Amino acid sequence: MSLLVARSRRLDLVEDALAEAFARAAARWPVDGVPANPAGWLYTTAHRQVVGRLRGEAVAGRKAPLLAVRADWAAPAEPGDELPDERLHLILLCCHPALPVESRSALALRLVIGTPTEQIARLFLVPTPTMAARITRAKQKITAAGIPLGAPAADELAGRLDEVCRTIYLAFTAGYTPGAGPDLLRADLAGDAVELAAVLRQLLPRAPQVVALHALLLLQHSRRDARASDGALVTLADQDRSRWRRDEIELGLGLVGRLPPVGGYAEELRLQALIAAEHARARRAADTDWAIIAGRYAELESLTGSAVVRLNRAVAVAEADGPRAGLALLDGLDDHLPASHRLHAVRAELAGRTGDTAVALAAYERAIRLCTNDVERTHLESRRAQLSPRRDR
Amino acid sequence: MKYFVLLAGMGEGKPWDALTPEEQEAEMAKHYAFAEACEARGVAIVSGEALGEGHTATTLRTRDGEMTITDGPFAEAAEQIGGYYVLDAPDLDTVIELCRVLPPYDIDIRPVIDVG
Repeated sequence: MSLLVARSRRLDLVEDALAEAFARAAARWPVDGVPANPAGWLYTTAHRQVVGRLRGEAVAGRKAPLLAVRADWAAPAEPGDELPDERLHLILLCCHPALPVESRSALALRLVIGTPTEQIARLFLVPTPTMAARITRAKQKITAAGIPLGAPAADELAGRLDEVCRTIYLAFTAGYTPGAGPDLLRADLAGDAVELAAVLRQLLPRAPQVVALHALLLLQHSRRDARASDGALVTLADQDRSRWRRDEIELGLGLVGRLPPVGGYAEELRLQALIAAEHARARRAADTDWAIIAGRYAELESLTGSAVVRLNRAVAVAEADGPRAGLALLDGLDDHLPASHRLHAVRAELAGRTGDTAVALAAYERAIRLCTNDVERTHLESRRAQLSPRRDR
Repeated sequence: MKYFVLLAGMGEGKPWDALTPEEQEAEMAKHYAFAEACEARGVAIVSGEALGEGHTATTLRTRDGEMTITDGPFAEAAEQIGGYYVLDAPDLDTVIELCRVLPPYDIDIRPVIDVG
């Protein structure tokens, strides 16, 4: 597909042409036998489809403004030809900064991984027609605005790769954003984002942000089977760690272990991957080295200045040095995270541990009021119930 | 394909009238550098003009078949438009790259639709 887009520059025609080629393969291969070069056969068949459509457009007198034919476009694949890998260019195209942020990951999943549109809609918790329209508009913009498929200038590549990594991470986290009912978590679809990161690392095995991203996603995704139970979220401390995927953890640990400190977004991803690695290493929750995790969060906070990172750091510090130390780090965060139920939930949890039930109950109250997700709210309500006075000795 | 490049609201700069003659000269130099960069990339500048300020605009609106003529511009953002180029370039990335040479305007790039 990437190659067809690269050569025809008509994303709008290529998907249909390829679907037609696959349909013909399904009809003919069982009868005629599988050709010697299946990929080449599919490419050539789809290529003829695109050429036919372009001729049709020319005959109809319509303009095909992007028909800037490359020299190699004329040549269909010969049996035995290795088709060049254009997937990196396709990924960069899908994540082009001229496209709306909310379309980029959808387009990349659709075109690079082949995730069906209805599944992408489920991932982002939007109706299928909405997602279909979003993808169609993005494809139209690529053609209409003349967004090219090709490598950006060398000095821009790192910045563009950061955007690609942000896009993939966004799609991944969408799979772990709690939804309603049976779609509490959509780890299967987060898995498609991990696959996208794997493809990218295969194409660019030395790009630090790409390696860090793949490591981070592998480590976080390895916990998927333990994250939900009976329609409820299971916190990290309570997860059945025998259900974590050890093979994926080993791969992730290997990747992040080889990465030297870098800068910029790659370093953010690396530090997050190192934090995930510490959790993955602990066979029991009690084995977790919270001091190391707190240190990584401190580095991450000084790099990003993010209030959300500080909140996470407070949780780690509370585990390492006690709840009072964690509470101290929450000071001043209210202004930065005015709508965050998590800030209040953390304060409630830590205040409860210090025995300050009044502060804890008030904080749970605010957290429950701000929380917009039913599953998380139920969890907060059960925590609050456990704090009720009759449980205080 | 052709691109309409709209130059608006000096994002990080000062309005033309607030510039010293030296600063105006430096700004013009960037437009000359832009023209040279276009030539070097084989990109044709089809046309390009500086426009009068927003308060010199006249707005025509037709509603229910009736044209009204008012003092312009028609949108607050249009107040900031200072000029434009029409380029004939191979793709969007080429246009974006060339625009880096210009002064730090806010720029909208639109493909020109061939209706001929």
